[in-house]
Amino acid sequence: MAYDDAEQLEAFRLDTRKWLEANCPPSMRTPMPDDEVVWGGRNATFKNPESKLWLDRMGEKGWTSPEWPKEYGGGGLSRAEARVLEQELRRIKARPPLFSFGLWMFGPALLEFGNHEQKLRFIPDILKGKIRWCQGYSEPGAGSDLAGLQTRCEDKGDHYLINGQKVWTSYADKADWIFCLVRTDTSTKHEGISFILFDMKSPGVEARPIQLISGESPFCETFFTDVKVPKDQLVGRVNGGWDIAKRLLQFERSSISAGGFGGTGGSGILGPEDYAKQHIGTDEAGRILDGDLRGRITDHRMYAKAFALTVQRQTEQAKAGQAVGHTASILKYGAAKMNQDRHELLIEALGTEGLGWEGEGFDKNAKKVTRQWLRSKGNSIEGGTSEINLNVIAKRVLGLKEHQ
Amino acid sequence: MSFVLTEDQEMLRETAMAFARDELPVAHLRALRDKGANGNDPATRKKLAELGFFGVIVPDEPGGETFGLVGLGQILEAQGRTLAATPLVQTALIAASALQLGGTPAQKAEWLPKIAAGEVTFALALDESAHFSPYSIATEAERDGQGFTLNGLKKYVPDGHYADVFIVAARTFGEAGDRHGISLFLVPKGAKGVTVTPLKTVDSHGAAHVSFDGVHVPQTALVGPADEGADILDPLLDRAAIGMAAEMLGSAQAAFDMTLDYLNNRKQFGQLIGSFQSLQHRAAKMFVELEMTRSCVAAALGAVDGGKADVAELASLAKAKAGELVHLVSNECVQMHGGIGMTDAAEPGFYMKRARVQEALYGSASWHRDRYARLNGF
Repeated sequence: MAYDDAEQLEAFRLDTRKWLEANCPPSMRTPMPDDEVVWGGRNATFKNPESKLWLDRMGEKGWTSPEWPKEYGGGGLSRAEARVLEQELRRIKARPPLFSFGLWMFGPALLEFGNHEQKLRFIPDILKGKIRWCQGYSEPGAGSDLAGLQTRCEDKGDHYLINGQKVWTSYADKADWIFCLVRTDTSTKHEGISFILFDMKSPGVEARPIQLISGESPFCETFFTDVKVPKDQLVGRVNGGWDIAKRLLQFERSSISAGGFGGTGGSGILGPEDYAKQHIGTDEAGRILDGDLRGRITDHRMYAKAFALTVQRQTEQAKAGQAVGHTASILKYGAAKMNQDRHELLIEALGTEGLGWEGEGFDKNAKKVTRQWLRSKGNSIEGGTSEINLNVIAKRVLGLKEHQ
Repeated sequence: MSFVLTEDQEMLRETAMAFARDELPVAHLRALRDKGANGNDPATRKKLAELGFFGVIVPDEPGGETFGLVGLGQILEAQGRTLAATPLVQTALIAASALQLGGTPAQKAEWLPKIAAGEVTFALALDESAHFSPYSIATEAERDGQGFTLNGLKKYVPDGHYADVFIVAARTFGEAGDRHGISLFLVPKGAKGVTVTPLKTVDSHGAAHVSFDGVHVPQTALVGPADEGADILDPLLDRAAIGMAAEMLGSAQAAFDMTLDYLNNRKQFGQLIGSFQSLQHRAAKMFVELEMTRSCVAAALGAVDGGKADVAELASLAKAKAGELVHLVSNECVQMHGGIGMTDAAEPGFYMKRARVQEALYGSASWHRDRYARLNGF
């Protein structure tokens, strides 16, 4: 069905509203606690059974990614229809049915660079949340200098053989498949990289969680020892992986910054101004008593507002077909600064209440802030450090030259 | 909210950008300065009038379509790019808005067509101290039977050195600091008791101290309700702040472009200085701030035209962000130009001087940060 004029769009809205009314379970219209986030995959667990129902129903319609082509299980909606769906979801405060690197990063890249068979094979399971993907990019010797990666991929005639090590692989211990950058030519740098996919259950794959300063372990070290990969799982051409890698990084940076590293919305954590009022107090006009802290909180709040308006502006301009070059790096840089500033202010406003680690004697949310504050330090490192993002802006956006 | 210009607004923007670039380059301001014109430029006023720039927010007939503040914002951004000294902020924006917000039908009929035609210039006579503080008005307007008698001194009135008519904020009730008791009056520059003392200002735009000594005005000079002039003044000053922010965005963008150009041409140690990472990162950070400020200015302009409830908040956001931006960029512009940036022959100094005036008018960044916090309840 095509909805191309305003009237048809309105009809689509009514249909969508009716469908959501019937199919979005009641608890999926409430703020999402952190432990009910759905990542899908073969070993998916659903603390709230309605989360599974919601994912299955949305996945069936392809509405976990409404604009992806129908042919591969996507929603096949136009931009305008997708926007209506978005509005209707927001109207009932529906939770996102699925969090997924497949949806945010790998899927968009595969749709652009994969062949028909690969799309048919992988895209539907991403949409339905059946396969959980992880990203094999960074290596111990290739962080900011990603193209220096050394994981070897040798052509053995009827298959590829992979040996090497990745690091900072998000949720590698929970993922089913990996999209991975490997070296297929050692005689050159960027032009010797390929983009390959394989099952994390393949013999020779081992993922070991890394404990962070926040106490959490969202990342792994991942080892590959003589991992055999069928040849039809290489995306694009051999040695042509760097272009895919860069494009995917843009998707990654946009998805990180679109969320502004924000939590899931139902976290119960207040703003720094609220904690400052609570723990420091206010004068008769309602101003936070610590004038210096108040000023810095205001600075942050304004930055956050300016950031949100910039995301909105760029979205609108993109929709209007106006070129928005390399905004991903700008937003990624801004999002990292914003989230780190916010958490530093939260900790400062909470005072010693924000310095608990575990056990009794501290507010539950305050302890969460403490962990998030530590975690936020990674925001300016992961997905391209802030320094690398500034390099990208300087060179690709502003046209400044390389040092000779 | 729309961040995308209409076709008409886009054309207006292009016209304004081309006009500023071709007719009002910084060299023009320099020439005005060197001949002692102090920002008073009747020839340019005539051209602006021919382009219709004075009537951008004034409809041809009451209730008619205009380019809106979004449209005027494009022109102010353009004039900001080249630091042009024009009466557009005071006359096309502030006076037209004041009359639209509070004018009687007779006042509108008398003045709006003249404003749109560029036949008259106005100046808002507001500040009485060295800092923006709109309710701290002590200038008195005493009821005298047939109207009001004004007594007081207004400082650093932009365009005050040549404006034909002043919009004077005076106190009809209460005391300095009270929101209640402020009234707005139209006072011709030739009225008995008005003394204009021109000021030579750092930005070469000029301004004036204006004193009112027993100046009598009739009842019909009142704009908006007596005593409740703040109801007009508040939204008026929001628009003034937003208009200034648009101009400052233009200035910052131009100073940034100039700096970038220098980084891409100047060589030291056999290298383009723009290839040094310390400068690259500073340039990139400025660019991020520019993009963010651009969003704030666009949102604020659009909010006025859309009659949105958050105009005040967005006005403070835009003015504070633009103030921080133009401060940063004008300083970096001088620094990154090195010795040449310190010379009068080069243009960075012009941008820095104008920036400080722009920052101070209608509330500094720190004034607006404080207000933003108050509006958000902390």
